[in-house]
Amino acid sequence: MKKLSWRFIAVVVVAVTAVIYVIPTVFPGTWPYKKINLGLDLQGGMHLVLEVDTEKAVEDTIERILQELKTRARSERIRVLGIDLLQRNKIVVAIAEDNAVAQFEALLNSEFKDLRLVSRSQAEDATRFTLDLPDRDSEQIKRFAADQALETIRNRIDQFGVSEPDIRRQGERRILIQLPGIKDTQRAKELIGRTALLEFKLVSEGVDLNAAVGGDVPPGTELLYEVKEDPATNRITRTPYLVQKRALLTGAYLTDARVQIDSQFNEPYVAIEFDKKGGRLFERITEQNVKRRLAIVLDNNIYSAPVIQEKIAGGSARITGNFTTEEARDLAIVLRAGALPAPVTVIEERTVGPSLGSDSIRKGLLSICIGGALVILFMVVYYRLSGIIADTALLLNIVLIAAGLAGFKATLTLPGIAGIILTIGMAVDANVLIFERVREELRLGKTLRAAVEAGYDRASLTILDANVTTLIAALVLFQFGTGPVKGFAVTLSLGVLASLFTALILTRSIFDYLLVHRKLRSISI
Amino acid sequence: MQFIKPDINIDFIGKRNIAFYFSALLIFVSLISLLVKGGPQYGIDFAGGTLIQIKFASPVEVADVKSGLERAGVGFSSVQQFGDPGDHEFLIRADEAVSDGEDAARQISDALQAASGERGEVRRVEMVGPQVGQDLREKALLAMFFALLFITIYISGRFELKWMVSGVMAGALMLAVYLLKLFHLSIPVLMLAALIITLILFWFLELRYAMGAIAALIHDVAITVGVFSIFGKEFTLPIVAALLTIIGYSLNDTIIVFDRIRENLRKHHRQRFDFIINRSINETLGRTILTSTTTLIVLVILFVMGGDIIHDFAFALIIGVLIGTYSSVYVASPILLAWHKRRK
Repeated sequence: MKKLSWRFIAVVVVAVTAVIYVIPTVFPGTWPYKKINLGLDLQGGMHLVLEVDTEKAVEDTIERILQELKTRARSERIRVLGIDLLQRNKIVVAIAEDNAVAQFEALLNSEFKDLRLVSRSQAEDATRFTLDLPDRDSEQIKRFAADQALETIRNRIDQFGVSEPDIRRQGERRILIQLPGIKDTQRAKELIGRTALLEFKLVSEGVDLNAAVGGDVPPGTELLYEVKEDPATNRITRTPYLVQKRALLTGAYLTDARVQIDSQFNEPYVAIEFDKKGGRLFERITEQNVKRRLAIVLDNNIYSAPVIQEKIAGGSARITGNFTTEEARDLAIVLRAGALPAPVTVIEERTVGPSLGSDSIRKGLLSICIGGALVILFMVVYYRLSGIIADTALLLNIVLIAAGLAGFKATLTLPGIAGIILTIGMAVDANVLIFERVREELRLGKTLRAAVEAGYDRASLTILDANVTTLIAALVLFQFGTGPVKGFAVTLSLGVLASLFTALILTRSIFDYLLVHRKLRSISI
Repeated sequence: MQFIKPDINIDFIGKRNIAFYFSALLIFVSLISLLVKGGPQYGIDFAGGTLIQIKFASPVEVADVKSGLERAGVGFSSVQQFGDPGDHEFLIRADEAVSDGEDAARQISDALQAASGERGEVRRVEMVGPQVGQDLREKALLAMFFALLFITIYISGRFELKWMVSGVMAGALMLAVYLLKLFHLSIPVLMLAALIITLILFWFLELRYAMGAIAALIHDVAITVGVFSIFGKEFTLPIVAALLTIIGYSLNDTIIVFDRIRENLRKHHRQRFDFIINRSINETLGRTILTSTTTLIVLVILFVMGGDIIHDFAFALIIGVLIGTYSSVYVASPILLAWHKRRK
C-alpha cells in the first residue's frame, strides 16, 4: 500500500503541474504563466549575427594619436620630417636634427607615455621612430568597442520598438540579434548596421576642386561627396566637397535628436541639441567661421553643407536633406543611441516570413496528431489493455514536454516539433521493453503480479541505459547547436525524461492500481 | 497479438559473413560517392552562401526563373524546385554570402517581376558568411566526436565496469584535440586521426563493448552520409542533428542487445558465445521490430506530411533507424564475438 501511494502521489503532482504550465498556451490569458516560446522558424522573424570590426577601432585610435602628435609637435616647434601611418596601426616619425630628436623623445616621455616604441632606426638622413600601442591597450580598446557596440545596438533596437528582441554577445566580437515577428526587416537591418558617425567639418576655401577630384588632395583635407537623389527624375547627383580632415565637432556631444517638420517646405528634418560643452564648441566654430560652409557628415557622406550665417549660440542645429519621415525618424534614433565605435558586418542572416512560419506550425501539428494517432492505435491492437495503459503514458508524455518547454522558457522550433514526433515513436520503446519482459515472465509461469514486478525490475535498468545514451547525444547537441538545432535537443531531452517518468512510474502505478486495488486476475498484455 | 513467436531461433550470427560483405559494400559505395562528388554536398550552413525561398501564385518554370535572374544580372549558382510542383516554390542559391540578404531578395523579386510579371513572395532568406560556415562545420564535427567519447565512457563503465580506464582515455583525447585545435590544425583531419587513435586504444585497452558499439555507430553515420551523397541531398545543420539522433537511437538498440547478452552470459555460461549472442538477439527481436515499426510509422508521417523543410531531416532519420537496427545485430555483436574468440 505504501508503495502504491508514493508513486501515485508523484504522478498526480507531476500531471497537475504539467497541466498548469500548458494551459496558457492553449487558453491564453488564463493566468500569468508564459506561453510556449516559438522559434523564429515558426513565428517568422529575423536572426542576425554581426561582427564588430574591432581592428578598426584600434586603427582609429592610432590615427587620433597621430593627429595629436602632429599638433603637439607643431606647438612645441619640433622640426619633424614627417609623421605617417604605417600598416594602419603604427606611427612612423622621421626626424633629421639631433636636438629635435631629443625634444621629441622628451615629448614622448611626458605626454605620450602609453605609446610603445617598436623600433628606432638611425639612417643617414634621419632617425626613425616606429610607435604603436601595447597589446594590453589594444586588447582593451577592442573589448571596449565590442561592449559599446552591443550597448548601442541594444539602444537602437529598444527605440525601434520590437517585441521581445534577443540581443547577446557571441564570443569576443560577435553579436547575436533575434527579432521575432518583425515585418520591416530592411529598415531594421539598416538601423542596426549603420555606423552613424556624425561629424562637422569645415569646407576648404579657395581650392581647386577639379584637381582634387583628379587625385591631388592637399594634405589635411579629404574629398567627400554629397549624394542627392532627385525624387522627380530619380537621378543621382554626386557633388564633391573638399573638407578639412579634422572634425571640429562630433555626434558624441549630442544630447537629443528629434524629427520636426519644416513649416515652410513641409519637409521633415532632424533637430539636434548639443550638451553644454558641445554647445560652446559649436558657438565658437560658428563665431570664427562666419560665411564659410560647414559640412554635416554622416558616415563619410555629406548630408548638407550650409553656409554659416552668424554665430549660433544655444547649442541647437538642424540636419536637413530630402528625407522621408521614416528616414528622418531612423536618423534621429541612431543619433540618439550614439555612433557605433567600429563598423559592423552582417556575417549570418536568417529571415523567415510569417507565412512560412505558420505553414510550418500547421504541418508540424498535423504530423504530431496523425503520427500519434497511428501509434496509439497500433499499441491498442498489439497489447490491448496494456496498450491503452501505454497510450495514457504517451499522452502524458506530450503534455509533460509541452509543460517543460513552457516552464523552462525554452523555444520550440521546427526541428523541435520533429523531436516531439520522434519521442512519440521512441517513448513506446520503454513500454514495449517492459511488456515483452512481463510476457516472458508470464510464460515462465509466474503469477500476474509477480510477472509484472519482475518485468519492471528487469527492464528498468535496460531502459535507463538506453535512454541515458540518447540523453548524452541530446546534451551534446544542445551544447554545440544553435537556434533550431538547440530547440531539437531540448525537446529530445524533455521527451527522454518524460518517457522515463511515464514508463517507469506512471504505468507502474496504473498496473499496481489494477492488480492490487481492483484485484484484476488477468490483464491482456 | 504477437509478431514474433517466443521460441523463434533464427541463426543471425551464422550469416554474419554475408552481412560483413554487405556492410563493406555499403561503406565502399558511400566512400566512392563522396570521393567522386568531392565530399558531402554542403548546404549554406557549412559552405557559406545565400539561400532564398520564393513562392509564386501561378505556375512558373525553373527555366523562367533562371533566365529572369540572368537578364537582371543577379548572380546565382542554382535554382531548384522546392516541395510539390503545385506549390510553385523555388530555392535560389548563391555561393557568395551577400552582405545584405534582404536586399538580394528584393533584387531577385524585382528581377523576376520584370521577367515574368509575377512578384514572388519571399518566404525565407538565409545568408551565412564563410567564416560562420567554417565555424559551424567545426562545431558539428566536435559535437559528434564528444558525443562518441562520452558514450564510450558510459558503455565501458556500465558493461565492463571500466569507468576509470575509459574516463582517462576520453579525457586524454579531449585534451589532445583541444590543444591541437589551438595550433589551427584542420579540424576534419584532426577528427579522423582522433577516431583512428580511439579505435586503436579500444583494442589495446580491451574495451570490447565500447568498441562494438562505437564501430556500429561509425558504420551507421558513414552509410547515412553516403546515402545522402548518392541522392545528392544537402548537408545542413538539422542533418547533423539527425546524425546525432541516429547515434542515440542506434546506441539504444545496441545496448538493449548487449544487455541481453550480458544477462545470458550469466545464465548460460556454459554455452558457446555465438549461441548466447544468437539467443539474445532472438529474445529481443520482438521489441526491436516493434520499436522500429512505431518509430518508422511516425518518421514516414513526418516525411510525407511534415513539410519540405523537415523532409530531408526525416529522410536521414529513416535511413538511420533502418541501418541502426541492422548494425546492432550485424556489426556490434560480431565484434564482441571476435573479441571472445581472440581471448581463446
